[in-house]
Amino acid sequence: MTKYSIFSLIRNALSYHENWQKAWRSPDPKPAYDVVIVGGGGHGLATAYYLAKECGITNVAVIEKGWLGGGNTGRNTTIVRSNYLWDESAALYDHAIKLWETMSQDLNYNVMFSQRGLLHLAHNVHDMQEIGRRGHAIKLNGIDSEFLSPAQVKEMVPIINLNCRYPVMGALLQRRGGTARHDAVAWGYARACDAMGVDIIQNCAVTGFEIEDGTVKAVETTRGRIGAGKVGVVTAGHSSVMAEMAGFRMPLESFPLQAFVSEPLKPVIDCVIMSNAIHAYISQSDKGELVIGGSGDPYISYSQRGSFDQVEHVAGPVLELYPVFSRVRMMRQWGGITDVTVDRSPILTKTPVGNMYFNCGWGTGGFKATPGSGHVFAHSIAKGEMHPIAAPFSMDRFNTGALIDEAAAAAVAH
Amino acid sequence: MSQSYRIEGKGRIDRSKPIRFTWNGRSYQGYQGDTLASALLANGVRLVGRSFKYHRPRGIMTAGSEEPNAVVQLEEGARTEPNTRATMAELYDGLTANAQNCWPSVEFDVGALNAKLSRFFPAGFYYKTFMWPAALWEPLYEKIIRRAAGMGESPEEIDPDSYAQHFAHCDVLIAGGGPAGLSAALAAGRTGARVILADEGAEFGGSLLADTVEIAGKPAADWIAETVAELTAMPEVTLLPRTTVSAYYDHNFLTLTERVTDHMGPRADDSVPRQRFWKVRAKQTILAQGAIERPLLFADNDRPGVMLASAARTYINRYGVLPGREIVVFTGNDSAYPAALDAKAAGARVEIVDLRTDPKGPLVDHARAQGIEIHAGCGITGTRGTKALHGCDVAPLSEDGKSLADEPFSIGCDCIAVAGGWNPTVHLHSQARGKLSWDDTKQCFVPGYCQWPTRSAGAGNGTFDLAGCLDEGLKAGAAAAHEAGFGKGAAPEAPAVELSEEGPARQVWIVPSDVPLGHGKKHFHDHQNDVTAADIHLAAREGYVSVEHLKRYTTTGMGTDQGKTSNVNALAVMADIRNARIPEVGTTTFRPPYVPTTFGAIGGQNRRHLFLQERTTPMHAAHVANGAVFEDVGDWKRPWYFPRDGEDMHEAVQRECRQARETCGLLDASTLGKIDIQGPDAAWFLNMMYTNKWDTLAVGKGRYGVMLNEHGMVIDDGVTTRLAENHFHMTTTTGGAARVLGMLEEWLQTEWPERQVYCTSVTEQWAVCTITGPNAKALMADLTDDIDVDPANFPFLAYRTGTVAGAPARVYRISFTGDLAYEVNVPARHGLAVWTTILERGRKHGLVQYGTETMHVLRAEKGFIIVGQDTDGTVTPMDLGMNWIVSKKKDDFIGKRSHSRSDTAREGRKQLVGIMTEDPNVVLPEGAHLVNQPGKPPIAMEGHVTSSYMSPNVGRSIALGLIKGGRDRIGDTLHAPMMDGKTVHKVTLTEPVFFDKEGKRTNG
Ligand SMILES: Cc1cc2nc3c(=O)[nH]c(=O)nc-3n(C[C@H](O)[C@H](O)[C@H](O)COP(=O)(O)OP(=O)(O)OC[C@H]3O[C@@H](n4cnc5c(N)ncnc54)[C@H](O)[C@@H]3O)c2cc1C
Repeated sequence: MTKYSIFSLIRNALSYHENWQKAWRSPDPKPAYDVVIVGGGGHGLATAYYLAKECGITNVAVIEKGWLGGGNTGRNTTIVRSNYLWDESAALYDHAIKLWETMSQDLNYNVMFSQRGLLHLAHNVHDMQEIGRRGHAIKLNGIDSEFLSPAQVKEMVPIINLNCRYPVMGALLQRRGGTARHDAVAWGYARACDAMGVDIIQNCAVTGFEIEDGTVKAVETTRGRIGAGKVGVVTAGHSSVMAEMAGFRMPLESFPLQAFVSEPLKPVIDCVIMSNAIHAYISQSDKGELVIGGSGDPYISYSQRGSFDQVEHVAGPVLELYPVFSRVRMMRQWGGITDVTVDRSPILTKTPVGNMYFNCGWGTGGFKATPGSGHVFAHSIAKGEMHPIAAPFSMDRFNTGALIDEAAAAAVAH
Repeated sequence: MSQSYRIEGKGRIDRSKPIRFTWNGRSYQGYQGDTLASALLANGVRLVGRSFKYHRPRGIMTAGSEEPNAVVQLEEGARTEPNTRATMAELYDGLTANAQNCWPSVEFDVGALNAKLSRFFPAGFYYKTFMWPAALWEPLYEKIIRRAAGMGESPEEIDPDSYAQHFAHCDVLIAGGGPAGLSAALAAGRTGARVILADEGAEFGGSLLADTVEIAGKPAADWIAETVAELTAMPEVTLLPRTTVSAYYDHNFLTLTERVTDHMGPRADDSVPRQRFWKVRAKQTILAQGAIERPLLFADNDRPGVMLASAARTYINRYGVLPGREIVVFTGNDSAYPAALDAKAAGARVEIVDLRTDPKGPLVDHARAQGIEIHAGCGITGTRGTKALHGCDVAPLSEDGKSLADEPFSIGCDCIAVAGGWNPTVHLHSQARGKLSWDDTKQCFVPGYCQWPTRSAGAGNGTFDLAGCLDEGLKAGAAAAHEAGFGKGAAPEAPAVELSEEGPARQVWIVPSDVPLGHGKKHFHDHQNDVTAADIHLAAREGYVSVEHLKRYTTTGMGTDQGKTSNVNALAVMADIRNARIPEVGTTTFRPPYVPTTFGAIGGQNRRHLFLQERTTPMHAAHVANGAVFEDVGDWKRPWYFPRDGEDMHEAVQRECRQARETCGLLDASTLGKIDIQGPDAAWFLNMMYTNKWDTLAVGKGRYGVMLNEHGMVIDDGVTTRLAENHFHMTTTTGGAARVLGMLEEWLQTEWPERQVYCTSVTEQWAVCTITGPNAKALMADLTDDIDVDPANFPFLAYRTGTVAGAPARVYRISFTGDLAYEVNVPARHGLAVWTTILERGRKHGLVQYGTETMHVLRAEKGFIIVGQDTDGTVTPMDLGMNWIVSKKKDDFIGKRSHSRSDTAREGRKQLVGIMTEDPNVVLPEGAHLVNQPGKPPIAMEGHVTSSYMSPNVGRSIALGLIKGGRDRIGDTLHAPMMDGKTVHKVTLTEPVFFDKEGKRTNG
């Protein structure tokens, strides 16, 4: 792998950029691998990366039905934060943030992780109680959290309209929260995986599993059978479909979630701002687009696009909080399929099928967990035992009732 | 330099109406009917912007909404608008516009340094660098990138204009009012169908407005005028000029953006919205959006002065502007010849560089006859000039078009009109999930199958000749109307058009130059984002070959023009690299909207007071008059407290709390959810929805119930009363009203459709006055003659009807304060009068009106929970110490099964307890967490404070909380660390009842 740096950039500029290497190969699948990861999104690729890097397992294939990162990894609004309420979540997401903080250097690929700060606005007494509770819990979990007064919010976001329909009463700030460049995460991992010998196989859909005596032996794909010592399924919105192929049910519902960007503007918003009562969240990309999201479509679907009502449902709140954007234009709208659990927490789990592991249920908020999720999932697959940070997220919790209910607490899960 | 590029006698502009406008601080003149772009060209202004990345000087490239270069900051101050396409901005008196993305000016832009260093900024360079040292990414590198990026500037003031939304249904919606669209509207309109015809432009006519052709023996303009006149006379036809069909959703739902007043400029009059957003459900659609000309990819093809041949022709014929005095037309097909001829006729020196080795046919002959020199078999290999084009190099090409066959020669020119073929505008078809297929002869994507009732017609369908467009439009209109139930489907005869025969085209996707691709010269395909063919080569080399990777890695097609002129060229380059056919490379997803749409328009009138409208109770006017401070609870405005002169919130609440317990208090409880439940299975249904038993409840009596979700967790509570055998009045929390009704309906409709139960929301039908306190009985006795209010005869949880304060009333003996209380429900229209009467009569009983805060304190004194505050969806009734409410006898109720799950049944769950601070004056913040021993985080937490108040009746602070194993730890000491990281309060766990522990006050 040629190292990327300002020097390699200059060197290559002199040869008109004609000598750059492929970021990753496109090999034909081998007959068998020690581990097959199904799904070439951020989580699948991160899993392969840590299997190779930390668990000594390099005979690994990542199998992707389309193009790498074409699922939710390449469609999300890239908010990264770890200010979750429950201890289990805080541990998982903060584990991820710590890995984010060194990811560009680890991968030698600039994923543009930018800790611009993230605000949760509170607009009523109930919101104040919610951020009060979360703020205290986060703090005692050793994660940064601060309360801001409306005046302090205004200082951070000068264009905000504090006196809107539900006036801003306060906010919870996580300074270490922010955004990253989603595609770069997929590409950076793919390149680093490839350099360690992992096979990245695109345009290859898994169509079934070969299961013998309750243990998975191979995956069937559009490019033939591929033997597998272990299988990690990381297919986000299609995970319940994959579980069905393997003969069990995954407690997930798949909903479209949409995102929107405006035309590029010179910098006007510096941090990420989320609002629960006036449901829209917003940040500004390095390219200058306002990146906007709202809630999921209200019905179950596998259609990777949105309906109109959500466009309307974010335009109102955006204008209410940032009335100066009235003459700014929305440039693009798209959707992804989010795999939603009943407690809005992910599933990292062994399954009823031997040697088969699932990593799913990230729903509307898994981008931020990408490195942490891949890390603990890789260790779980390698050891055959769930990593302690992953263990509470096992699918068993739906039987025992030990839910990690982030929905109950905050409703916003991005 | 006053409009020196105007062509005498040409154009549809109104020369009798000169207009002054300001560009970059200088004043210019144009005419009514101009766009900003045409007026700038008329004045010889070429340089209108700087490119995104390299800050290269750029000019006007198109005459339509596909414009990538000429995007400007329109107006200043409150009405400023970033990224406006000069080609779409109609000129009005006093228009002011400025170039974007340049400093200090578009002429002398410091950022142009980037162009010198462009070699170091290939596609995706930022992924490869700025990683060292890591600490500099945010404060330095990213900051510079952010400043450099972005385009126009956001407004900083509130938009003074208004916007509207409009709903419409129609039989046939037609997108595009060129020859095909107008014909379609005519054919459909004549059947009597409801037709909506929308076109982006200021006038109908589309490409015809720039054409010199004759239809039915008359100038095209006459045909347009006649057609529009006929359509205008049809009552069922709606004509929408300046209206973009912006998005096509499932089931033929489309959105349109109408620019109602943009062309008039800022106005004081606000009676008309600035823009109107249409939401249209169409039985049939006809997509007749025409085609967008493809630029050619040649070296340094981005100089100001390079424009599409069709745009050049539009400026000449429609706007009467010569885009240059020395024009080189660079083409591979015949469609650019009329532009060359028109330019020549208008007085320009014209030469044609034709990729074809042997162009022939009537148009070519005509050009030769006019003395236009044609350089056949040649391509442009480079251009000269920085801020304005002044020449190009031309060379014969090899047979395969991949190299030069001879040395280049130079031609002086100030405009290059390029014609690389046509791309049908398939965006809407594609948004509707229609398939696209590649047409090898026409070298473009054309619409294929679509699941929705839609058809494409004209150039948008790949039919590029006028006769074909007219014919196809008429047929599409007649067929669509027929399918919508109008007419017989037969199309009127198409008017005669003189056919000009066109010869075959030659497609050279990448025109070679004298240096290898990427070696110094730049072949731009995406002008706005500064992406070149060499960038695509780089992407391919590095493995970003899938179309989506290509787009994302190079940013092709991601600008405000959304790749209208760049996407197909990019695919062609990739196809060339991969040695594949273009369709094998793929197509990209066309995402809504077709052109960027203002948030203002999408938001429509749902702004300010119409954004999530406030709900108020019938007594609201009295609350306002009585000086209430309001709290937002869901959509409701509820009185929070009623301060008297000079009181702050704390003082007011303490007074209200004290007085309500000493004498009596009055609360507006109208916002509580109220659901009327009827039917023979109503009691059975309540048995399922609540944890306790309801079939045993006597008529005329109420009962408190909690509702669980499937996980056995509390999600709502309230008192429900049996009004008759099969008739119940359910109350819910204020915030939960809609959710509970939704849940009731969901269970009834999906699980028990055979059950006869009918639920109706009656929240707004009843106004509720809660009278509580020791004097409540006496006050009630003053208010009613026909209800015996003595608790001995009107027991707790019973219900009576009668007349209260002159209004028909239902009175419930319910108490959320623990004191003797009556909930007086009167029909909403009596609410205000009854409230006022109660206040008046209450005076002598010491009545105090109180708000939600006092309500919270009073209930907390009694340890009554508020669902959503003391519970959070993870709390069972047992956790709340309410085992008594969970029936052991019932076979089933929602949530029952989950109570046997191991985690739900385990010991040590978080349980509701009281919390007392060591210092009685400390009121803990709600949300504070308790720990066993204070220390450095991370630290194990035992639970949190859910409710916390200063209670005047207990005489100290009180709190409720959910604490692990709390019920067994009553009396234990814990600690509450504060956010400052220093302060820690010592607390003791107690029973969650602080006042009237024996419950003696309920009956007065
Ligand atoms: C609009 C939107 C906004 C969001 N915003 C945020 C946010 O701001 N912050 C945040 O943290 N999260 C956000 N999310 C959620 C986040 O994007 C996801 O949780 C996360 O990216 C999931 O990553 P993944 O790798 O698990 O899934 P994906 O990236 O979806 O990858 C799964 C892959 O599996 C592949 N696959 C599926 N079936 C098969 C098969 N049979 N064979 C082979 N491959 C298959 C898919 O093609 C896909 O590439 C958002 C999501 C959306 C849609």
